[in-house]
Amino acid sequence: MKELTQRWVLKRRFPIEAGSGYLGGIGLLVYEILRCLRRRWEGQTILAQMEQVGVRSLSVVILTAVFTGMVLALQMGSYLTRFGARPYGGRILAVSMIREMGPVLTALMIGGRVGAGITAEIGSMKVTEQIDAMRSLGINPIHKLVFPRVIALVIMLPLLTIVADFVGILGGMFMTMVEHDVSASFYLNSIIQFIRFQDLYSGLGKTFFFGFFIAVIACYHGLEAGGGADGVGRATTQTVVATSITILISDFFLTKLFMQLS
Amino acid sequence: MAGASFIECRNLHKSFGEKPVLRGVHLIVEQGETMVILGGSGSGKSVLLKHMNGLLIPDAGEVFLEGLAISRLEEEELGVARKKVAMVFQGSALFDSLTVWENVAYPLNEHTDWSLDEIQTRVREVLSLVDLKRTEDLYPAELSGGMKKRAALARALALRPKGLLYDEPTTGLDPAMTQRINRLIRDLQQRLGVTSVVVTHDLESAFAVADRFAFLSGGKIRVLGTRNEIKSAADLGLDEFLASD
Repeated sequence: MKELTQRWVLKRRFPIEAGSGYLGGIGLLVYEILRCLRRRWEGQTILAQMEQVGVRSLSVVILTAVFTGMVLALQMGSYLTRFGARPYGGRILAVSMIREMGPVLTALMIGGRVGAGITAEIGSMKVTEQIDAMRSLGINPIHKLVFPRVIALVIMLPLLTIVADFVGILGGMFMTMVEHDVSASFYLNSIIQFIRFQDLYSGLGKTFFFGFFIAVIACYHGLEAGGGADGVGRATTQTVVATSITILISDFFLTKLFMQLS
Repeated sequence: MAGASFIECRNLHKSFGEKPVLRGVHLIVEQGETMVILGGSGSGKSVLLKHMNGLLIPDAGEVFLEGLAISRLEEEELGVARKKVAMVFQGSALFDSLTVWENVAYPLNEHTDWSLDEIQTRVREVLSLVDLKRTEDLYPAELSGGMKKRAALARALALRPKGLLYDEPTTGLDPAMTQRINRLIRDLQQRLGVTSVVVTHDLESAFAVADRFAFLSGGKIRVLGTRNEIKSAADLGLDEFLASD
């Protein structure tokens, strides 16, 4: 990994420390990824990754979202009844789902499922010298392996979030109908009238960043993996922890940012 | 056969953490020769080899490939240099999600605008060169150790490199396969004029393929010379190494 990115630092005669350490390494990887924007985009590889990242994650995202929507409806329904605010349940649930629960839960699930998979895949290529083999054939692994995964995640995470939002709201609707005797048309109409563009924009806007963070962290840990199968296992665990923490912390700052912007 | 320098390592230093591995390596590999780098396990042979195509960046010193300083080139700029000198890795490093055919065709797809027919012809040509026919559709996991090495060699040869770097090419192979790989290394040099650098601790292989030897110990090249020169050299470390086989 260091040999891949530090050449840029060396060529410009920056102090070598600029490329060392965790954040320095991530920073250089991000720079290299951005440089790939100018190069030829490998459409087929990106599409294959989108399928891997998105389509194959659909079931886990749907399952998470539907049960989150149902449990939110269940919890809120009983409390809102106490204040005579039961008709507002759908609106509160939809705002929670669209602004927070949908984006964050989807990102956490994808960080766990896809992020860990990316680290394991790139990490095992690293420890079996396949990454070096690629480099020795004059092929840049950042362009070939990292860039398509970044693009795929940046595109697919917002789409998966839209699915999660939709399914979560439907899950909530089902529970509201069954438990609280509210009709589907009332539930949906109240949501449609209440939800504003800013809610969608704030919720979905964050997911582009989450997708980017997951891909960069997962690829970085994969490229840094060493020490055989044990090292790949460690790198995979680090990815899951690092992506989860990054998503939760950055969520606060991104929410603040989108609030300011709107 | 030998002539101008193909690869030149000038005063290479490399440490991993606190541990110095190379401490001022000077080595010139001449055009067309087969240079064998000898040394015990952990002596830094593979580290030295990986500097020769820019896989590792030296802490100090420089590597010249046909006169071009490559140590501080960016990854993209190195691509051109790397097409001149291919590498065969110790564990073969075949892409395990691709078949043998796809592995060998991979560099051709990346670096040429050849048609599928032309790629097909070249893949068949290099596979027959390493005596590996009828394996095109197999995955690396389905190959024996010797077949993997030969498939890796075929992939390395696909772009017609001027030089080949072999990292422990015979490690883990049975004697018959070891001889076969040694013959291949020799044949490639004689038939295609490829300059080769072979890293090994297997003396029998070393003597079977080398034009010249370099003995690496303590992070430096301690002895450099032909077969006779290396056998008669007065170096305690080398004597011990030669006697250990």
